[in-house]
Amino acid sequence: MGEMAEFPLHVRLFMKGYRWRRIDPVPWAPLLKPLAECRVALVSSAGFVEPGQQPFDDSVRGGDVSFRDISSDIDPGALIDTHRSESFDHNGMQRDPNLAFPIERLRELVSQKRIGSVNHRHLSFMGSITAPGRLVRDTAPEAARRLAADGVDVALLVPV
Amino acid sequence: MTLQLLREVAERVHPPRALFVPFRHGYPLDSPNEPTRQHAVLEAALRLLEDPSLVPPVLIDYSPPHGT
Repeated sequence: MGEMAEFPLHVRLFMKGYRWRRIDPVPWAPLLKPLAECRVALVSSAGFVEPGQQPFDDSVRGGDVSFRDISSDIDPGALIDTHRSESFDHNGMQRDPNLAFPIERLRELVSQKRIGSVNHRHLSFMGSITAPGRLVRDTAPEAARRLAADGVDVALLVPV
Repeated sequence: MTLQLLREVAERVHPPRALFVPFRHGYPLDSPNEPTRQHAVLEAALRLLEDPSLVPPVLIDYSPPHGT
Protein backbone atom coordinates (compact mmCIF):
# COMPACT_ATOMS: atom_id res chain seq x y z
CA MET A 1 0.00 0.00 0.00
CA GLY A 2 1.16 3.55 -0.69
CA GLU A 3 1.94 4.97 2.73
CA MET A 4 4.02 7.78 4.16
CA ALA A 5 5.89 5.07 6.07
CA GLU A 6 7.54 4.00 2.80
CA PHE A 7 9.55 7.20 2.74
CA PRO A 8 12.79 8.02 4.55
CA LEU A 9 12.42 10.05 7.74
CA HIS A 10 13.44 13.35 6.18
CA VAL A 11 10.82 12.94 3.45
CA ARG A 12 8.11 12.01 5.97
CA LEU A 13 8.91 15.09 8.04
CA PHE A 14 8.83 17.27 4.95
CA MET A 15 5.51 15.88 3.80
CA LYS A 16 3.99 16.16 7.27
CA GLY A 17 4.58 19.90 7.27
CA TYR A 18 3.97 20.45 3.58
CA ARG A 19 1.28 22.96 2.67
CA TRP A 20 -0.78 20.93 0.22
CA ARG A 21 -2.78 23.08 -2.17
CA ARG A 22 -6.45 22.24 -2.20
CA ILE A 23 -8.26 22.45 -5.53
CA ASP A 24 -11.18 24.74 -4.89
CA PRO A 25 -13.59 24.84 -6.56
CA VAL A 26 -13.19 21.31 -7.86
CA PRO A 27 -13.60 21.30 -11.64
CA TRP A 28 -15.80 18.63 -13.17
CA ALA A 29 -15.92 17.40 -16.73
CA PRO A 30 -18.61 14.76 -17.24
CA LEU A 31 -18.07 12.18 -19.90
CA LEU A 32 -20.10 13.35 -22.88
CA LYS A 33 -19.90 10.25 -25.04
CA PRO A 34 -19.26 6.54 -24.70
CA LEU A 35 -15.71 5.55 -23.82
CA ALA A 36 -15.67 3.46 -26.96
CA GLU A 37 -15.70 6.76 -28.85
CA CYS A 38 -13.21 8.59 -26.63
CA ARG A 39 -9.61 9.52 -27.36
CA VAL A 40 -7.36 8.83 -24.39
CA ALA A 41 -3.97 10.26 -23.41
CA LEU A 42 -1.58 9.39 -20.61
CA VAL A 43 -0.04 11.93 -18.27
CA SER A 44 2.64 10.26 -16.22
CA SER A 45 4.86 11.69 -13.50
CA ALA A 46 7.38 8.84 -13.76
CA GLY A 47 10.01 11.04 -15.38
CA PHE A 48 10.23 8.97 -18.56
CA VAL A 49 11.84 10.48 -21.64
CA GLU A 50 12.28 9.18 -25.15
CA PRO A 51 15.79 8.50 -26.47
CA GLY A 52 17.29 11.83 -27.50
CA GLN A 53 15.09 13.94 -25.25
CA GLN A 54 16.51 16.09 -22.48
CA PRO A 55 16.41 14.26 -19.16
CA PHE A 56 14.53 15.91 -16.34
CA ASP A 57 16.68 18.17 -14.21
CA ASP A 58 16.87 17.46 -10.51
CA SER A 59 18.99 20.56 -9.94
CA VAL A 60 15.99 22.86 -10.43
CA ARG A 61 15.04 24.24 -7.05
CA GLY A 62 11.51 23.21 -6.14
CA GLY A 63 11.40 20.64 -8.92
CA ASP A 64 11.53 20.50 -12.71
CA VAL A 65 8.07 21.54 -13.91
CA SER A 66 8.75 20.88 -17.59
CA PHE A 67 7.20 18.03 -19.51
CA ARG A 68 8.01 15.92 -22.56
CA ASP A 69 5.78 14.74 -25.37
CA ILE A 70 5.92 10.96 -25.69
CA SER A 71 4.92 9.54 -29.07
CA SER A 72 2.05 7.11 -29.05
CA ASP A 73 3.98 4.60 -31.12
CA ILE A 74 6.85 4.49 -28.65
CA ASP A 75 8.25 1.11 -27.78
CA PRO A 76 7.81 1.24 -24.00
CA GLY A 77 11.06 -0.64 -23.62
CA ALA A 78 12.82 2.37 -25.14
CA LEU A 79 11.57 4.78 -22.48
CA ILE A 80 14.29 6.07 -20.18
CA ASP A 81 13.64 6.58 -16.49
CA THR A 82 15.13 9.95 -15.57
CA HIS A 83 13.14 10.45 -12.37
CA ARG A 84 15.75 11.46 -9.83
CA SER A 85 13.83 10.66 -6.65
CA GLU A 86 15.32 7.98 -4.45
CA SER A 87 12.16 7.87 -2.34
CA PHE A 88 10.53 5.09 -4.31
CA ASP A 89 11.53 1.82 -5.91
CA HIS A 90 12.27 2.30 -9.62
CA ASN A 91 12.85 -1.37 -10.30
CA GLY A 92 9.31 -2.29 -11.37
CA MET A 93 8.81 0.50 -13.89
CA GLN A 94 12.28 -0.04 -15.30
CA ARG A 95 11.44 -3.70 -15.89
CA ASP A 96 8.03 -2.83 -17.34
CA PRO A 97 7.37 0.85 -18.16
CA ASN A 98 3.67 -0.02 -18.58
CA LEU A 99 3.56 -0.09 -14.81
CA ALA A 100 3.70 3.73 -14.82
CA PHE A 101 3.10 4.49 -18.51
CA PRO A 102 0.57 1.89 -19.66
CA ILE A 103 0.73 2.56 -23.36
CA GLU A 104 0.49 -1.09 -24.37
CA ARG A 105 -2.55 -1.51 -22.13
CA LEU A 106 -4.23 1.43 -23.90
CA ARG A 107 -3.52 -0.10 -27.29
CA GLU A 108 -5.14 -3.29 -26.08
CA LEU A 109 -8.18 -1.36 -24.85
CA VAL A 110 -8.55 0.07 -28.34
CA SER A 111 -8.35 -3.42 -29.82
CA GLN A 112 -11.05 -4.49 -27.38
CA LYS A 113 -13.12 -1.43 -28.38
CA ARG A 114 -13.26 -0.40 -24.72
CA ILE A 115 -11.87 3.01 -25.68
CA GLY A 116 -12.02 4.71 -29.04
CA SER A 117 -8.43 5.67 -29.72
CA VAL A 118 -5.07 6.51 -28.21
CA ASN A 119 -3.88 10.07 -28.72
CA HIS A 120 -0.85 10.53 -30.94
CA ARG A 121 1.14 11.87 -27.99
CA HIS A 122 1.24 11.59 -24.23
CA LEU A 123 2.83 13.77 -21.60
CA SER A 124 5.60 12.93 -19.20
CA PHE A 125 6.43 14.92 -16.09
CA MET A 126 8.83 14.24 -13.27
CA GLY A 127 7.08 14.30 -9.90
CA SER A 128 8.67 15.43 -6.66
CA ILE A 129 7.75 19.04 -7.46
CA THR A 130 7.78 20.72 -4.08
CA ALA A 131 7.20 24.27 -5.35
CA PRO A 132 4.35 23.85 -7.85
CA GLY A 133 3.67 27.53 -8.55
CA ARG A 134 5.09 27.48 -12.09
CA LEU A 135 3.48 24.12 -12.74
CA VAL A 136 0.05 25.46 -11.76
CA ARG A 137 0.53 28.76 -13.58
CA ASP A 138 2.38 27.69 -16.72
CA THR A 139 3.14 24.12 -17.62
CA ALA A 140 0.00 22.31 -16.44
CA PRO A 141 -2.29 24.71 -18.36
CA GLU A 142 -0.04 24.33 -21.42
CA ALA A 143 -0.25 20.54 -21.08
CA ALA A 144 -4.03 20.74 -20.84
CA ARG A 145 -4.19 23.05 -23.86
CA ARG A 146 -2.16 20.61 -25.95
CA LEU A 147 -4.36 17.68 -25.08
CA ALA A 148 -7.53 19.70 -25.65
CA ALA A 149 -6.19 20.81 -29.05
CA ASP A 150 -5.53 17.16 -29.87
CA GLY A 151 -9.18 16.39 -29.20
CA VAL A 152 -8.41 14.26 -26.16
CA ASP A 153 -11.54 13.26 -24.24
CA VAL A 154 -9.88 11.46 -21.32
CA ALA A 155 -6.53 12.13 -19.67
CA LEU A 156 -5.33 9.40 -17.37
CA LEU A 157 -2.90 10.73 -14.77
CA VAL A 158 -0.49 8.13 -13.45
CA PRO A 159 1.69 9.12 -10.49
CA VAL A 160 4.54 7.06 -9.10
CA MET B 1 -8.96 10.96 -13.94
CA THR B 2 -6.03 10.21 -11.68
CA LEU B 3 -4.65 7.23 -9.88
CA GLN B 4 -3.66 8.06 -6.33
CA LEU B 5 -1.06 6.36 -4.15
CA LEU B 6 -1.48 8.37 -0.96
CA ARG B 7 -5.02 8.63 0.33
CA GLU B 8 -4.21 11.50 2.68
CA VAL B 9 -2.90 13.58 -0.21
CA ALA B 10 -6.10 13.11 -2.21
CA GLU B 11 -8.16 13.99 0.86
CA ARG B 12 -6.28 17.26 1.19
CA VAL B 13 -5.89 18.23 -2.47
CA HIS B 14 -9.31 17.14 -3.80
CA PRO B 15 -8.57 15.99 -7.35
CA PRO B 16 -11.88 15.74 -9.24
CA ARG B 17 -11.71 11.99 -9.89
CA ALA B 18 -9.22 9.81 -8.05
CA LEU B 19 -8.86 6.08 -7.75
CA PHE B 20 -6.87 5.23 -4.63
CA VAL B 21 -4.74 2.20 -5.42
CA PRO B 22 -3.29 0.13 -2.54
CA PHE B 23 0.15 -0.25 -4.05
CA ARG B 24 3.52 1.05 -3.01
CA HIS B 25 5.14 4.01 -4.69
CA GLY B 26 6.58 3.18 -8.07
CA TYR B 27 3.86 0.57 -8.68
CA PRO B 28 0.70 2.51 -9.59
CA LEU B 29 -0.65 -0.26 -11.84
CA ASP B 30 0.00 -3.05 -9.37
CA SER B 31 2.77 -5.24 -10.79
CA PRO B 32 5.27 -5.20 -13.66
CA ASN B 33 4.72 -7.57 -16.55
CA GLU B 34 1.23 -8.42 -15.31
CA PRO B 35 -1.12 -7.15 -18.04
CA THR B 36 -4.22 -8.66 -16.42
CA ARG B 37 -3.56 -6.86 -13.14
CA GLN B 38 -2.75 -3.64 -14.96
CA HIS B 39 -5.94 -3.88 -16.97
CA ALA B 40 -7.94 -4.39 -13.80
CA VAL B 41 -6.68 -1.06 -12.45
CA LEU B 42 -7.41 0.71 -15.71
CA GLU B 43 -10.89 -0.76 -15.90
CA ALA B 44 -11.68 0.50 -12.40
CA ALA B 45 -10.48 3.95 -13.43
CA LEU B 46 -12.57 3.92 -16.59
CA ARG B 47 -15.66 2.96 -14.62
CA LEU B 48 -15.31 6.11 -12.54
CA LEU B 49 -15.64 8.07 -15.74
CA GLU B 50 -18.80 6.23 -16.69
CA ASP B 51 -20.62 6.56 -13.37
CA PRO B 52 -23.03 9.50 -13.65
CA SER B 53 -23.91 9.34 -9.96
CA LEU B 54 -20.50 10.48 -8.75
CA VAL B 55 -20.13 13.96 -7.31
CA PRO B 56 -16.73 15.67 -7.12
CA PRO B 57 -14.34 15.33 -5.45
CA VAL B 58 -14.44 11.60 -6.12
CA LEU B 59 -12.08 9.34 -4.17
CA ILE B 60 -12.77 5.64 -4.63
CA ASP B 61 -10.76 2.77 -3.16
CA TYR B 62 -9.53 0.19 -5.62
CA SER B 63 -9.85 -3.45 -4.65
CA PRO B 64 -7.89 -5.88 -6.79
CA PRO B 65 -10.28 -8.54 -8.10
CA HIS B 66 -9.80 -12.05 -6.77
CA GLY B 67 -7.74 -14.26 -9.01
CA THR B 68 -5.62 -11.50 -10.51
